[in-house]
Amino acid sequence: MEATIVSWCKIKNNTVWLNGDKIAIDEKSVDLPAFFVNLYKQLNLNYPKFFKMNNSCKLGVLAVEMAIRSNPEIADSEKEKVAILISNNSASLETDRNHLKSITDKNNYFPSPAVFVYTLPNIIIGEIAIKHKFAGENAFFVTEIFDQKLLHNYVSIAFQNNHTADVVCGWINVDGIEYEAFVYCVKKTNFNEERKGINLPHNSETIYQLYNTI
Amino acid sequence: MSAYLGANNILSPLGFTTAQNFDALLQGKLAVRQQYFPFSESLFCCSKIEQSYLNDNFSIISNIDSFTRLEKMCILSIHDVAKQSKIDFNSKENLLIISTTKGNIDVLEGGYKNIDSNRAYLPIFAKTIGDYFRCENTPLVVSNACISGLLAIIVGMRFIENGNYKNIVVCGADIVSEFTLSGFKSFNAMSDSPSKPFDINRAGINLGEAASSILLSSAAISDIKISAGNSANDANHISGPSRNGDGLLLAVRRTIEDSKIKTIDFVSAHGTATEFNDEMEAVAFSRAQLNHLPINSLKGYYGHTLGAAGVLESVIAVNSLTSNTLIQSMGFETPGTTHELNVIKKTEQKTVSTCLKTASGFGGCNAAAIFEKI
Repeated sequence: MEATIVSWCKIKNNTVWLNGDKIAIDEKSVDLPAFFVNLYKQLNLNYPKFFKMNNSCKLGVLAVEMAIRSNPEIADSEKEKVAILISNNSASLETDRNHLKSITDKNNYFPSPAVFVYTLPNIIIGEIAIKHKFAGENAFFVTEIFDQKLLHNYVSIAFQNNHTADVVCGWINVDGIEYEAFVYCVKKTNFNEERKGINLPHNSETIYQLYNTI
Repeated sequence: MSAYLGANNILSPLGFTTAQNFDALLQGKLAVRQQYFPFSESLFCCSKIEQSYLNDNFSIISNIDSFTRLEKMCILSIHDVAKQSKIDFNSKENLLIISTTKGNIDVLEGGYKNIDSNRAYLPIFAKTIGDYFRCENTPLVVSNACISGLLAIIVGMRFIENGNYKNIVVCGADIVSEFTLSGFKSFNAMSDSPSKPFDINRAGINLGEAASSILLSSAAISDIKISAGNSANDANHISGPSRNGDGLLLAVRRTIEDSKIKTIDFVSAHGTATEFNDEMEAVAFSRAQLNHLPINSLKGYYGHTLGAAGVLESVIAVNSLTSNTLIQSMGFETPGTTHELNVIKKTEQKTVSTCLKTASGFGGCNAAAIFEKI
């Protein structure tokens, strides 16, 4: 089944690349939360839930928002046919460490459901699904490094039935001060050279090239 | 190409083989028991594998100090499946998939002197197990909340149907840790007595620990295959199930459509015994017009074993098909959902050939699969 990459976004080192263009560099924000809030403001997101999220979810929601705004074709699809496939290396360790801090001191024991719920990596998928009402397939894979062959293969298989028309796919990793997001949207459609906008063949070489942009 | 379900194992407080576990369920034995919460006087209920029993069994195959508690559980479980099936992991054609929600979370808690703290990373945990079995392919980790185990089986099915691998062992596992206990307690989601899925008096989950493994193969190694499987998201709330069961209904409908089967003989549900989860499932099954089917949840025996649950419950479902046995849904007495379900009240012999297995979890995720006797 033919498929086309119709938009992609990479966020790393306080820099945003959207569909091949470097669109934002934030040299002022020294920490992740400040950088994410700056991006949130630039996007006029107006989505208060954003501020409850952990860093992985914020990063994922921002990257997906930009990729979709740059080509709303995906958001226009039947919501039940949009799948979300996300991977990373550190699962939810950033939040695991926070939850652990809240239960380490027996005299200062304050586990919080608002933190604990983010100790599952697939909550990133949940937040993206809620934001865009995408109700299709879900999968969260944890791999040592970005695995373009795995993602390409799984998306190709998902397109073999008629339940999936689009996939929001990628790598959202936050670990301490290190973070990296790479999100790309794939549409089940024959590759057409005449097509406007981002129009890249869905294969693992292309995916890897895009991932390595920065 | 179809994915057939072969050798399997359950490692739980009820036994370290599938046969021991299935016998225990037939006898109505519970893995969960009431105890005091660490550092407080409040009662709670969970199932834990005896550490000394785990080490005694593990010492027969390897060094007990080189591996974490969860790694030992996984290795013993996979070892049993490898022994039964003679699968060669040192082959490009074969893959190990591990499903877990928290992996070696006790490493992060500082529970070990001789284990490197990087084992808290799921890929390193998985590689440790992969190295033990000399896996040619790097084991794949699926971590998708409470659907992890069933989703891992669906992922495995797809790889086999697509011709990517010939044999896949799916191992699901999680431990009961202070980490998860304190978290679910903060949600007020835990019952202080054995849980009662779908019952009017259900009062929340019990946490449980287990490892469970099953072999999927492109070869007709058994008379049971996975006919279909799908996932779907509620797109509604990250920690509360959808009120109308939309995500579960979608996963179930798609799975029935793909399977092309005409009748489902019984349902192995998720049934955590929280008020909202069980109600959501009842709504979804009612909307799918499946609420008349015999249905059970195994959480009343094992508690919620998180990343293991989907695999463990699938293994019991497969053995129910093989032995034509419907297993009682432990803890259920009085209907407690707005849409009444046909909950199995007594274990009985009945000829069955198809089972719908479902799971739902945080992040709005849902999964469904159909196992079929051919």
